[in-house]
Amino acid sequence: MYEIVRKEKLAPGIKLFEIKAPWVARKAAPGQFIILRVDETGERIPLTIADFNRDKGTVTIVAQEVGYTTKQLGRLEPGDAVLDFTGPLGQPSELPDSGTVTCIGGGVGIAPVYPQVKALREKGVYVITIVGARSAEYLIFTGELEELSNEFYIATDDGSRGCKGFVTGVLQELLEADRSIDHVIAIGPVIMMKAVTAITRPRNISTTVSLNSLMVDGTGMCGACRVTIDGETKFACINGPEFDAFKVDFDEQLRRLSFYRDPEAKAMAKAECRIRNAKGAE
Amino acid sequence: MPRKNRQDMPLLDPEERVLHFGEVALGYDEEKALAEAERCLNCKTPLCMQGCPVNVDIPEFIAAIKEGNYDEAASILRRKNNLPAICGRVCPQENQCEKFCVLANKGEPVAIGALERFVGDYHLARGEKPDRTGERKDQRVAVVGSGPAGLTCAADLARMGYQVTVFEAFHKPGGVLMYGIPEFRLPKKIVEGEIEYVKSLGVEIRLNTVVGKTVTVDELLEEHGYDAVFISTGAGLPYFLNIPGENLNGVYSANEFLTRVNLMKAYKFPEHATPIMVGDKVAVVGGGNVAMDAARTARRLGAQKVYIIYRRSREEMPARKEEIARAEEEGVDFRLLANPVAIHGTEEGWVKEIELVKMELGEPDESGRRRPKPVPGSNFTLEVDTIIIAIGQGPNPLIPRSTNELQVTERGHIVVEDEKGRTSKKAVFAGGDVVTGAATVIEAMGAGKRAAQAIDEFLKAYF
Repeated sequence: MYEIVRKEKLAPGIKLFEIKAPWVARKAAPGQFIILRVDETGERIPLTIADFNRDKGTVTIVAQEVGYTTKQLGRLEPGDAVLDFTGPLGQPSELPDSGTVTCIGGGVGIAPVYPQVKALREKGVYVITIVGARSAEYLIFTGELEELSNEFYIATDDGSRGCKGFVTGVLQELLEADRSIDHVIAIGPVIMMKAVTAITRPRNISTTVSLNSLMVDGTGMCGACRVTIDGETKFACINGPEFDAFKVDFDEQLRRLSFYRDPEAKAMAKAECRIRNAKGAE
Repeated sequence: MPRKNRQDMPLLDPEERVLHFGEVALGYDEEKALAEAERCLNCKTPLCMQGCPVNVDIPEFIAAIKEGNYDEAASILRRKNNLPAICGRVCPQENQCEKFCVLANKGEPVAIGALERFVGDYHLARGEKPDRTGERKDQRVAVVGSGPAGLTCAADLARMGYQVTVFEAFHKPGGVLMYGIPEFRLPKKIVEGEIEYVKSLGVEIRLNTVVGKTVTVDELLEEHGYDAVFISTGAGLPYFLNIPGENLNGVYSANEFLTRVNLMKAYKFPEHATPIMVGDKVAVVGGGNVAMDAARTARRLGAQKVYIIYRRSREEMPARKEEIARAEEEGVDFRLLANPVAIHGTEEGWVKEIELVKMELGEPDESGRRRPKPVPGSNFTLEVDTIIIAIGQGPNPLIPRSTNELQVTERGHIVVEDEKGRTSKKAVFAGGDVVTGAATVIEAMGAGKRAAQAIDEFLKAYF
């Protein structure tokens, strides 16, 4: 059992959990992920590491309640525990040692950007951070990131905070202002990472993206996380989850993420029905 | 006096079988077990034992059955085999012990496997725990992976008095016994029972620990105080065909398909939260036991039409004859001498059909089997919704990547010096599929057993 020592509600449907897992904390690095299972009948789901504390032996993850398991996780409180917690999995980020790096986080993808910004700043790299969300209330980690970053920009779809529009708009503006950017890291919805890549590719600005593929084991055993990189099939769990954005087949990724949409919807409906029935019985 | 015929293994009716995941082979009752045991000639030179990778004292345990002394039979079995209820079910006895049985000449060897299962089940049901009064040693051994090789090595070392920790990446121990072999062939209750027995020998199992990631082999030796490490991580990297369309939705590796169903219990979705998608028509590519397991699993998940697609002919199929027969009884349609060339999808990116080319057999290849070659212009398609690729697995790269001085082959298998499993790295041993490539449960157990001996010799010489 892995105890939840801290829980924070960051935004509607987005929750942070700091979990006691000393073995994972000891080896965790930016860019890696963990796999957890809430209970005996639970599904194994991968979540990117948002922070870790080796002294306390804790690992922080941020989950958006989009499916059955993330909702199940969302109902847990400090003092509760998840049954299984494995990691750190995947390759650590290969971060540049110098120059200017733009870190872009979209939605819940802002969370895994945080340890990267932290590590880059520790190396003395100049970091421009751009975060985006639907509206102000969905933004997360803005205080921490603003403090860490050399420059910090916000974009919201509805303009309720920062610029109105997408993170790509901010990136575009920076580039049009002839800002020199050596590298871009983008983490968020596939569609956002694809759009960022569409801007950086013609300018030949090397770009790294982190793929949140479907996984079962996370150790290379199942191949659910297949991704086409430069025409070749790779496993996101052991070859990634970060890849050279110019080589990723984003459309395929988008499609593969929809694999279980129907059964997932069924499970959610059934779970909600169970909760309603339980309430009715009280 | 003419000898009695071999006792049949009672099986569930095929029509009933495909409706659920219950065990197909029902096992001998006491009457059958006694009748079968009577058939053993108790040969002076028991040839059967030659065929057993772990050298079970076969005539001796059968003699104990004849006397009705099943506890004695169990302790004889367990002397050499830590997992009898498992081996009795999944060993290819026809190529091992039973092949060498004197009665095999007349076509009906003693059903050694069925008798082993009878005793193994009896013993598990009794729930008896081993005597642990032997000498305890100070040395500690780390075993990586809790499949058949790892469990065997761990159990043998624990019996010798060593302190053994098994590291398992998954949330449940058992390796392929849990994630790979389906419930209807190897009930998970049986696997759990056998693992409990291994734990009762003093073996500690640490779950959710991915060696190579959570901790490395070097760290186990240098920082965690282990004196030796046995690597038995199995065949943990599925091969794909590398044909167009393989990443369409609806294409699974057999590993993923079986893991979702067996380990994650997706067949009980949504009570168990892991989903699985199986359409009406399923194609399984491959001719081994894993392919048979996948095909039979697909039938049980509701697929009406299940094809096995294999590029050679029936004779070359690596699956056990028994498994092929079970699959056929359950209505699996074998399309032999056919090889996939492409998978075509719908506009939304789901599998629609598989394109195959007919094959013919040419000259024998290095494996001695006739090499299949495509017949030009013979392409045809089968309409399917789901495709399961069961063409084998390679070794998982996480440990070789993270371990200094550990030599691997070009294909990534760990190089061992001899059959005892010594690797290029001091104090590190390896065995099972990670060394040999995908093989059988019992061969992995044999490797685990030999490595336990080698580790014992190493620790005695070194400390």
